[in-house]
Amino acid sequence: MKIVVCIKQVPAKDAPLVIADGTWIRETDIGFEMNEPDSFALEEALRLKEKHTGEVIAVSMGPERVKQTIKEALAKGADRGVHIADDKAHTLDPLGAAKSLAAAIERETPDLVLTGLQSDDHGFGQTGVLLADRLGLPHATLIMQIGGVESDHLRVKRELEAGWFQWVELPLPAVLTIQSGINKVRYATLKGIMAAKKKEIVTIARESLGVTHEPTQRIERIYVPTKTKKTEFLNGTPKEAAAKLLEKLKHEARVL
Amino acid sequence: MNILLITEQREGKWNKTSFETLAAAQQIANETKSRLAAAVIGKGVADLAGELAASKLDEVLLIEHDLLAAYTPDGFTIALTQAIAQAKPDLILLPHTYQVRDFAPKLAASLGKGMIGDCIGYRHENGKLIFVRQMFQGKTVADVVFEGAPPWFATFQAGAFRADLVAQGESKAPVTPIPVELSAAQIRTKPLEIFREAKQAVDLTQAPILVSVGRGIKAPENIPMAEKLAHLLGGELSASRPICDEGWLPMDRQIGSSGQTVAPKLYLALGISGAIQHVVGMKGSRTIAAINKDQNAPIFEVADYGIVGDLFEIVPALIEELEKTKSS
Repeated sequence: MKIVVCIKQVPAKDAPLVIADGTWIRETDIGFEMNEPDSFALEEALRLKEKHTGEVIAVSMGPERVKQTIKEALAKGADRGVHIADDKAHTLDPLGAAKSLAAAIERETPDLVLTGLQSDDHGFGQTGVLLADRLGLPHATLIMQIGGVESDHLRVKRELEAGWFQWVELPLPAVLTIQSGINKVRYATLKGIMAAKKKEIVTIARESLGVTHEPTQRIERIYVPTKTKKTEFLNGTPKEAAAKLLEKLKHEARVL
Repeated sequence: MNILLITEQREGKWNKTSFETLAAAQQIANETKSRLAAAVIGKGVADLAGELAASKLDEVLLIEHDLLAAYTPDGFTIALTQAIAQAKPDLILLPHTYQVRDFAPKLAASLGKGMIGDCIGYRHENGKLIFVRQMFQGKTVADVVFEGAPPWFATFQAGAFRADLVAQGESKAPVTPIPVELSAAQIRTKPLEIFREAKQAVDLTQAPILVSVGRGIKAPENIPMAEKLAHLLGGELSASRPICDEGWLPMDRQIGSSGQTVAPKLYLALGISGAIQHVVGMKGSRTIAAINKDQNAPIFEVADYGIVGDLFEIVPALIEELEKTKSS
């Protein structure tokens, strides 16, 4: 089974974000890491490969730094990497990003394409579904379990809302977006890190993919949200703070 | 402008977020002096269309087909593409539900158009619509505008608008059946039965008070402490997603986008950082109190009262105080 997994590199969770140029953040002085939702997709790809044999190809788009995230995927067990190089990848709208990814993935003719649920930076949450559309493949989203893998189809458990689930059968090749929490993500071993050094990362310049795209939307500006509520902080020892809170809830908010 | 709202139902029951987005759509239609239609899609949903027609709308579109009985991304995309070709809307609004996430980007892309997803609001400035959505996990907000020719697609996050603000019409809106052509061969995925993992033991939406635990509770053996506090307050125990993923509490106790959406009179968050996925499920609560070690935790963005500190010291103090007043 040939599996492509799309992984995005995003600012590290604890990175202090400073808005730059009005529409993006200052990238210098902050750390980057694998988008957490995508790490679940990678883990699922590796488990499928271990169970059914095959190949896992990690695809990422962005500037030179995203190679580090591809290397992390290789260290965890992906077989090779594809880097779609574009310093301005963050300015693409969801459809533009999906068209570019699709153009690179098409060349691989995979059996399965996995993505995470959404990214922790833009948070569009559209890439997987748009990829499927561009690749002309069926898809299913918010996958909590992959089972019944046959040569030409598979069964997946989709998460619906409010505690409901549904099994869906879909023909291969297909695109799946993986729900966060589906598995326990592995760490790279020292052996894996050493092995990754010998693995191949092919870099393709995004403009060489021949993608034409007129943006469908534009981010005018980004800004720090204004607080909708003013939090009243209650200080003192734990005992004092607890007493103050109960007092406020009883006599000010009148909810007790 | 022509605006089309696409509502969501499953097995004849509304997804209530539809009405929040209806409130948003009515507001936008009012401000932009637009015509507003709302679509119901499925099989045997004429009653729902009739119910929807009582709202202040110019038209209700009824899109029915045997192959739309069960949701599939292919079936819904094909049917809605045809409906859009007939109704010719400029702006298509949808609630940002799990189902919408599954097909709406594809629907927009099949027309070569884009979607601004998961919006928390909009502004109408100088004749232009600006959609507001979160980025970087809610650490920043973005103003986003459409480029190129309509139709444009946008979805609104649960809780972004209030369903109780939906305006009723003076008379019933006309219901127009929209014929669609669909064949089984066009639908590539096969939906099987829908089921619930855990038996729904408790309906958290009915609880007046919720004490909710997050990652900060650290270990399953600390849960009884929170449970005791919930009982002393006359409330129920709930949790954020990681707690249920770990199996420390059953899935039916989960609050957030993948769990239940609640609006109790008091929501007490213990060790919950306040990721958007959780906040969308509880931000409608009348009063929110939060106890967290990190004073920069996003939960304090929505909290009325906050205590920055160790919940393992503060919760026992709350319990002690409540037991004292009870016995006196």
